[in-house]
Amino acid sequence: MNYMDQAQVEKRMKRRVTTNKMMRKLFLGSTLFGLIVLAILIFRVLYQGIAWIDWNFLTGTLSTNFENAGIMGAILGTLWLMLVVIIVTLAIGIGAAIYLELYAKKGKLQELIQTNIANLAGVPSIVYGILGLTLFVRLMEMGSTVLAGGLTMSLLVLPIIIVASQEALRAVPGFLSEASYGMGATKWQTVQNIILPTAIPSILTGAILALSRAIGETAPLVVIGIPALLIPFPGGLTDRFTALPMQIYYWTLDASLTSEYANLAAATIIILLLLLFILNSTAIIIRNKYQQRF
Amino acid sequence: MNTILNERKDNTVYEAQSQSTESHNSIFETNDLNLWYGNTQALKNINLQIPEKKITAIIGPSGCGKSTFIKTLNRMVEMVPIVKTSGDIKYNGTNILNRDFQVEDLRTKVGMVFQKPNPFPKSVYDNIAYGPRIHGIKNKKVLDEIVEKSLRDAFIWDEVKDRLKENAYGLSGGQQQRVCIARCLAIEPEVILMDEPTSALDPISTSKVEELVQELKKKYSIIIVTHNMQQAARISDKTAFFLNGEVVEYNDTETLFSNPSDQRTEDYITGRFG
Repeated sequence: MNYMDQAQVEKRMKRRVTTNKMMRKLFLGSTLFGLIVLAILIFRVLYQGIAWIDWNFLTGTLSTNFENAGIMGAILGTLWLMLVVIIVTLAIGIGAAIYLELYAKKGKLQELIQTNIANLAGVPSIVYGILGLTLFVRLMEMGSTVLAGGLTMSLLVLPIIIVASQEALRAVPGFLSEASYGMGATKWQTVQNIILPTAIPSILTGAILALSRAIGETAPLVVIGIPALLIPFPGGLTDRFTALPMQIYYWTLDASLTSEYANLAAATIIILLLLLFILNSTAIIIRNKYQQRF
Repeated sequence: MNTILNERKDNTVYEAQSQSTESHNSIFETNDLNLWYGNTQALKNINLQIPEKKITAIIGPSGCGKSTFIKTLNRMVEMVPIVKTSGDIKYNGTNILNRDFQVEDLRTKVGMVFQKPNPFPKSVYDNIAYGPRIHGIKNKKVLDEIVEKSLRDAFIWDEVKDRLKENAYGLSGGQQQRVCIARCLAIEPEVILMDEPTSALDPISTSKVEELVQELKKKYSIIIVTHNMQQAARISDKTAFFLNGEVVEYNDTETLFSNPSDQRTEDYITGRFG
C-alpha cells in the first residue's frame, strides 16, 4: 500500500540535491557575467581616461589640438538638452498618462492607443532621429539647434514616461480616490489633490530613468546633424550645440588618425557615466524618501 | 409574474408599517430599484423608505447586495463602469438617479464611511480640512474651527489634538476610522452611509465607533451596512434584511429580531445560514 518506496526515494535524493546546487551556480554565473563585463569596461575606461581629466579638460573649448581640447561645450549642450527634455516630457507625458488612465473610456480605442504607445517605446532611436530631422530641423526650420535636439529626444522618451506615469497613477489605491469622490470632490479636484501627489514620486523616478536614457542617446543626434567640432558654447534654445555622447562618438572615430583621441573619448565617457550615476541616484533617493505607506 | 405581485404586496406592508410606527419623514425612498452589473442583477425591486435621523441597518449574507445598495444612495456604485439601474431613489423628494442630478452635490449631503479606514496620506488636520477645502473654504480660522469641531464630534479630539500635523497613517486602525468619520462630518452632511465600518476593527475600537454612531443619530440620518447581527440589534432603529438582491424583510429592529415575519429572516438571524 506504500506509494513512497523509501529505497527509491533515497536513490533519487542525491540527484535532486545535486541539481539544486547546480542551478544555484548557474544563476550566480548569469549574474556574475554581467557584473564582470561591466567591471572590465569601467576599469578600462578609468585606466585609459582618468589621467586626462583635469580642470582644463572640463572647462576648455573643443580644439583640433588634443592637448588643449576641453568638453565644456558638450557638457553645457547635454544640460540644455536635458532641460528641454524634462520640461516637454513631464508636461506632455503626465498629461497624456492622466488622460489615458483616468479620463479615457476603457474600450477598443483606448486599448489600441495603449498598445501603440508601448510599441513606440520600442522604436529604434535612429528612426526618431529621422523624424526629428524631417519635422523640427527641416520642416519647422529650426536647424541643428538645442530646441530641435531636445524635441527629438523628447519624442524618443515620451512613450517611456507615459507608460511609467500610467503605472504610477494606477498604483494609487482606489480607496483614496473613493474617499475623495465620496465627499463631493470633482474628478479634477481628486486628481489634483489626491491622485497626483500620491503618484508623483513614482512618476519622477520614471522620468529621471527615462532622462538618463536620453542623455546617452547618440543616433538621433547624428541624424539631426550635430557638428563634429563646435567651438562656441550653447547659451540658448536656438544655439547650435554638441553633446557628450556625440563627442565620444567623434573622438572614437578620430582615434584611427590620432590615437590620443581614444583617451579623450575615455575621459568623456567617465564624465557621462558620472552624470548618469548622479541622475540614477537621485531617482533612488526620491523613490525611497517619498514612498508612501498605506 | 406571480412572484412580482407577491413582492409588491410585501412592499406595501413595509410602507404601511413604517408609516404607522414612524412619525418621522423618510430621507430616502426607493421605488422599484433594480441594478445590474453587466448581466448580473444585484438589486431586485427594492422599495424602502429610510427614516430621517434614525439608524437604519442593512444586514444579510455576503453578496446579497447590501453594499451595492448603500453605494447606490450616493451613486458611488457608478465607479464600476458596467452598472445599469432602473426605478428611482428619492432623496428629500428628488430622484437622484436622474441623469442631470449633480453627483457632487449629492455626495456633499450624503457622506460615506468605508469598510477599511481610508484616510489620505496627509496630516490629520489636512484630512479633516479636505472636504471644506474642496468646497471652497480657505479661511484658516474657519478651517481650524471645523477641524476641532469635527474631531470632537467624532470622539477623537483628545486622542489626536497634539498630533494634528502628523500623518494619519501613524494612528491605530480604530483611530483612523474615527478620523474618517470626522472627515465625513466636516462637510456637514445630512446622511452618513457606513459600509461595514467596524469590520476591520478590534472589539474595543468597534464599541467606540458604535457609541459614536449612537451619538451621531441626534444630528444625522445613518444607514449602516453590517454583517454583524448583534451590531445591528444593538445600535439600529430599523433593520432591512437583504437576500440575493431582494429585501426579504424591513421593520423596526426590535420587531425584526424578536418576531421576524419571514422564515428566511428567522433562519438568518438564528444563524441557520449565512
